[in-house]
Amino acid sequence: MANYNLKINGKSHSVDVEDDTPLLWVLRDHLGMVGTKFSCGIAQCGACTVHLDGKATFSCVTPISSVGNSEVTTIEGLSEKGDHPVQKAWEEVDVAQCGYCQAGQIMTAAAFLEQNPSPSMEEIDNAMNRNICRCGTYHKIREAVALAAKSK
Amino acid sequence: MKTISRASRRDFLKIAGTTAGGLFIGFNWFSCDSPKIEALSTDEILAQAKSFNAYLSISPTGDVVIYSPNPELGQNIKTSFPMVVAEELDADWEKVRVVQANLDTEKYDRQLTGGSGAMPHSWERLRKAGATAKYVLVAAAAKTWNVPAEEISVEKGIISHKNSGKSGHFGEFVAEAATIQAPDEVTLKDKKDFKIIGTPVKNVDAKEMYTGKPLFGLDFYREGMKQAMVQRAPFGMKIKSVDDAAARAVSGITDVVTFGTSVAVVGESTWPLMKAKKLLKVEYEPDGTVESSADHDRIFADLMASGKAEVRRKDGNVDAVFKGAAKVVTAEYQCPFLAHSPMEPENFFAHVQGDKCELIGPTQTPDRARQSAAQILGVPAENITVEITRLGGGFGRRLRADYIEEAVHISKAINAPVKVTWNREDELTGGAYRPAVRYRFEAALNESGEMIGYKLRGVGMNAGNSTRENNFPSGAVDNVLIESVNYESSITTNAWRAPITNFLAYAEQSFLDEVALEAGKDPVEFRLELLNRAKTNPVGELGYDVDRMIGVVKMAAEKSNWGKDPNVKQGFSVYFSHRSYVAQVANIEMQSGTPVLKKITAVTDCGMVVNPTGANHQVRGGIVDGMGHAMYTNLTFENGVPKQRNFDSYRLIRLKEVPEIETHFLDSGFDPTGLGEPALPPTGGAIANAIFSATGRRLRSQPFIEQKEFSDIKLEIRRA
Repeated sequence: MANYNLKINGKSHSVDVEDDTPLLWVLRDHLGMVGTKFSCGIAQCGACTVHLDGKATFSCVTPISSVGNSEVTTIEGLSEKGDHPVQKAWEEVDVAQCGYCQAGQIMTAAAFLEQNPSPSMEEIDNAMNRNICRCGTYHKIREAVALAAKSK
Repeated sequence: MKTISRASRRDFLKIAGTTAGGLFIGFNWFSCDSPKIEALSTDEILAQAKSFNAYLSISPTGDVVIYSPNPELGQNIKTSFPMVVAEELDADWEKVRVVQANLDTEKYDRQLTGGSGAMPHSWERLRKAGATAKYVLVAAAAKTWNVPAEEISVEKGIISHKNSGKSGHFGEFVAEAATIQAPDEVTLKDKKDFKIIGTPVKNVDAKEMYTGKPLFGLDFYREGMKQAMVQRAPFGMKIKSVDDAAARAVSGITDVVTFGTSVAVVGESTWPLMKAKKLLKVEYEPDGTVESSADHDRIFADLMASGKAEVRRKDGNVDAVFKGAAKVVTAEYQCPFLAHSPMEPENFFAHVQGDKCELIGPTQTPDRARQSAAQILGVPAENITVEITRLGGGFGRRLRADYIEEAVHISKAINAPVKVTWNREDELTGGAYRPAVRYRFEAALNESGEMIGYKLRGVGMNAGNSTRENNFPSGAVDNVLIESVNYESSITTNAWRAPITNFLAYAEQSFLDEVALEAGKDPVEFRLELLNRAKTNPVGELGYDVDRMIGVVKMAAEKSNWGKDPNVKQGFSVYFSHRSYVAQVANIEMQSGTPVLKKITAVTDCGMVVNPTGANHQVRGGIVDGMGHAMYTNLTFENGVPKQRNFDSYRLIRLKEVPEIETHFLDSGFDPTGLGEPALPPTGGAIANAIFSATGRRLRSQPFIEQKEFSDIKLEIRRA
């Protein structure tokens, strides 16, 4: 067990956990931030995507000991009022079916658009291919990313 | 806390007065002890003996709360059910709040998600729920203003009397409405006057989902609860010995509990559980048959040749007609077991306290959860409460209560509240799969290429009846023999989105293409010939509406420009399932010698479309699902254990692998039917038929990418 000081969504948090505890479970079990989802646990589906210093990261395979001073952003902290352009686009396009993967999809899209504000559809496809949606909302995901890019 | 009186009269709708400012309207109230209602501070509830299952409450502020009883797993019922109630109420949708109802078998019937059955079951009930409430509100306004009710109109939650210029919102008439007795029958709106139904209403949980609010079962936490993960036995095995020393030594592990063929590790948080579970040393020994995929291939071959089968349908004389046929076409098709793999793994909270138990989590069948818990605990079902969270997908997996039973066992053993969480490996190895099935089709053609005989034998692994004997082409052929053989495997199976038809449709629609080719006929013309035969001179019982099927076939041919462009290789498929009719056409274009799957056109007749956004979602999602599993996904076994254990080897379709999907809805004027399933079955056949058209390769097994016929086909998938 070791003590870790984390910067999450602009606030400081302190947790006492084993070194190998994935960031995902620190968020969910220790800090009660359950917006970041567990699904595969092996960096295959993207449901657990958070930002580490702005970069989309699979939190399920990110040991807490590797986070260091990085700024962590989760879906809860993407925007104050849920009005990030990507969140607004997701609402406008009405993307979700079951909704379980969508927080991860939004986090992937937000980090991608930060790096590439005017992507082609092909670039959107490449960026979003790392997240699985079992309901098959893929058409709406790409539509929403394209809308968010336009509205940014 | 206020208690709610029990209503006793049948066929009667009464509205009870409220002291704390709420009008509660409900149906079939025989026992009304739900804490949600008490929270509304409702004095009395009304009842009507008809089996209605929806209800709503209206505050003096004019706000409308609609309870949605059925579990929401992405089929959008939590939005579409309330739309129907609000429509007949003429509510202002902006003032409607939707609340997921807990399990209550006395208030609601068919409180489950499965079979695409919720909307057809509840359509009339929901409409009457809204219309009846509107009736008494109007009557209250008429009384208050001393004007005839017939002169009153309602729009968007505002009640108006044109001649006197009086108007007010619903909330102003709540108290008066509460004293008025509603009629047994109410007049429902003419469909042409619908203002909410048929419009694209957005998902009611959108904001919560996109900001990371706790909605799903896995998000549920309660102070003091334990967490648990479970190690289960391979199929056909039981526990020989358990060595849990290393698991118990993991920091944060508080208990190890063995029940049945399972061993649970219990602790305070998830990560130590994952580590401890890996350290469990459990030895297993055979307890029945321990099967591998190679065994299944042998069993399929044996049972296909066996003299024993359950005859599901027999028309005419197949033996004679096959003997005298000008041509006989035979083919076999096979599919593997599949896991459901909802993105949210199975999980449930249970708190057993003495002879009572509280259950909270994602389930498609809350009543089954309750019954299972009652049985385990040996207590009456009434002692169990079930709160339904939003479900992160289901696809049939959460019709099973196995993961809920685990939570009950563990909570009882440790005498504490507990949440059981499965990981992905548990989900893929935990059973209740789509059954593996093999089909053999035989068709007899006469000299003019007419199908005069049709035989189908299905062999399924725990599939029950693997045929749908009264479905097309039954009714269109004089001589038919349909048989089913079931093998009792140790590998557990369960309903999987569009049970049986999820593969049968692909096999049948591919086979009919093979027959059309042998008959020298265009695939669409061939199907229409058969359908016309079923219409003009049907043979035996028909489980489908011939006109509606012809409708989607013709419209799909038209919308896809069937056969018009020689550069586009097309595959056709049509299927009726779960009361809806869906025809699909897949387009493959040859680009520099490479086949490129570019588009799937779908025409759906699900009666009236309640929510176009939701309907589009279900059709496209069903197609993506059908395509993904037909193309990529396999689950194979070695000694009772699946070889594919996570998404690195169990391949699900991704964003770049979906073509353009164009959806059309045929308005046949019928009441709405469900859409969670019907778009999936036709997809595999449409794609396989297009691949044949483009490459001459016939794919008779799934997943396609693992078939030798497919090995040198470099199929690309690209949107236009």
